[in-house]
Amino acid sequence: MTDFAMSSSGSPGTLNAGILRRREVLERFSATALTFPGLILILLVLLVPVLWLFWLSAFDGAGDLSWANYERMGKSIYVRTFTTTFRIAIIVTVCCAFLGYPVAYLMSQSGRRLSLVILLSVLLPFWTSVLVRTYAWLVLLQRTGLINGWLQDLGLIDTPLALVHNELGTIIGMIHVMLPFMILPLYASMKAVDPSLMLAASNCGATPAQAFRQVFFPQTITGLSSGAGLIFVLCLGFFVTPVLLGGGRTYMWAMQIADNISLYGNWGAASALGVVLVVATALVLLAVQFVLRRAGGTK
Amino acid sequence: MLSEPVTRTQITRGQRLWLYIVVGLVMIFLVVPCLLVVPMSFSAGEYLEFPPKELSLRWYRAFLGSQEWLNALWVSVRVAVPTMIIATIVGTAAAWGLHRRTDIFATGVRGIFILPMLVPLILIAVGVFFVYAKVGLNGTIGGLILAHTMLALPFVLIAVGNGLASFDMALHEASRSLGATELRAFLSVTLPQIRISVMSGAVFAFVTSFDEVVVALFVSSGENETLTRRMFANIRDQVDPTVAAISSLLVGMVIVGMIVFLFVGRDETQEH
Repeated sequence: MTDFAMSSSGSPGTLNAGILRRREVLERFSATALTFPGLILILLVLLVPVLWLFWLSAFDGAGDLSWANYERMGKSIYVRTFTTTFRIAIIVTVCCAFLGYPVAYLMSQSGRRLSLVILLSVLLPFWTSVLVRTYAWLVLLQRTGLINGWLQDLGLIDTPLALVHNELGTIIGMIHVMLPFMILPLYASMKAVDPSLMLAASNCGATPAQAFRQVFFPQTITGLSSGAGLIFVLCLGFFVTPVLLGGGRTYMWAMQIADNISLYGNWGAASALGVVLVVATALVLLAVQFVLRRAGGTK
Repeated sequence: MLSEPVTRTQITRGQRLWLYIVVGLVMIFLVVPCLLVVPMSFSAGEYLEFPPKELSLRWYRAFLGSQEWLNALWVSVRVAVPTMIIATIVGTAAAWGLHRRTDIFATGVRGIFILPMLVPLILIAVGVFFVYAKVGLNGTIGGLILAHTMLALPFVLIAVGNGLASFDMALHEASRSLGATELRAFLSVTLPQIRISVMSGAVFAFVTSFDEVVVALFVSSGENETLTRRMFANIRDQVDPTVAAISSLLVGMVIVGMIVFLFVGRDETQEH
């Protein structure tokens, strides 16, 4: 912008330079001002509410400053929620990585038509409401549901399996929700791999497996870690699917926050849980940033 | 066909047959649950069956005949449309502003704009509920629009930012040097070039609001209950096949949207 202004107005001189400077400042300010409406909205509807909760978490029931809300986290019910949440988040992330990698790989390595078909099959669930998909899994997995019905018709089982209203159902539903978040960044990073590098590796005598492991895979770590980080963070705070598929027995972090408010009206406890959730989320995101930077540095 | 090499390293189709099988299974896992509710929603019975023994529009009639369901749908539309419009305008303005400033300030502001995507939704929902209680915005359409617009901003910013990244700024500067004001140059030169990005940002904003459950669960209530909130309560408390009919309609919308997008995308690539 500045370069253009300098080059287009011919005559130099202090007066002109002063005008140009003023124009530049004005232009910079107008560019900045364009972000103000959005910033104000985020300030009012995100930062103020969340920071207010942080503030609340530092007070006990009597309104005194205390650590009571954080000390409570040592209780066994809280510890159980934490371990359940982390266990589910890890399982879902790892499953998404193993299921998503081959899909993204084939999508990036095949012709136009096949990769479009795969892409559409990833985008359909991506765009479909989480509620609709969770409902579908409920219909599929419940005791009188389709999968149990088919298995019984085939004579494989006598009594229906407990596939839903437990941790298994929650994990299946969450993998379905999260998988596109793994496949799409992986696909982007695989598409960026120069195919002639694989040819070069094979010319240098690498077997296909070696070429994949030593040349292809390291270049997809950026996609893998951003997908995994995003999924892990989303899992930590996930609410809808565990409530509907967990049947009350699979108790995750977000449910504990919600119940502290809707059942007990305990804002301090809910806020403290929220603070810990935000800190955990931030740490995971920082770890991902670290991996991304290192992967970027080795290139 | 199986012995044809498919990669530069001469791996044949047959050698990576396992890959096709694995990917096929994952694709079935991804797609089937989205589509399955459609045939089931035409069941005539009291419960959902697959395949339905008898076809009927019973559950669609239940949806369209229920004042509560229609009202919830109407609330969702009245929230999602203004959210889409406001978020697209505010987000595009911010993306344009950030595009013209490439200093440390821009990096910081960009970070703030991404926050709605990063802060756990449950925390946003609880915090907004708390603050809205103080200012009397709980249960209002306006309050919901504000919260949803905030949630949609990062999607618009990213979509429009991507469009601007491949936009040739010289075109904008040329129109300025020909005497157009900044606003006019943006509206008549820049905006038409990035319209696909702006449109996809708008679609993202609409879907973000229309599908949003957690904030709506806390903030919307009674008269102003959204469709997602009503569906959530319905799925949790009873498995009512009316939800299957609504789900099928929503899946149908997604499929129509994807087809439209495929054609728009194809027209775009042909133009260039």
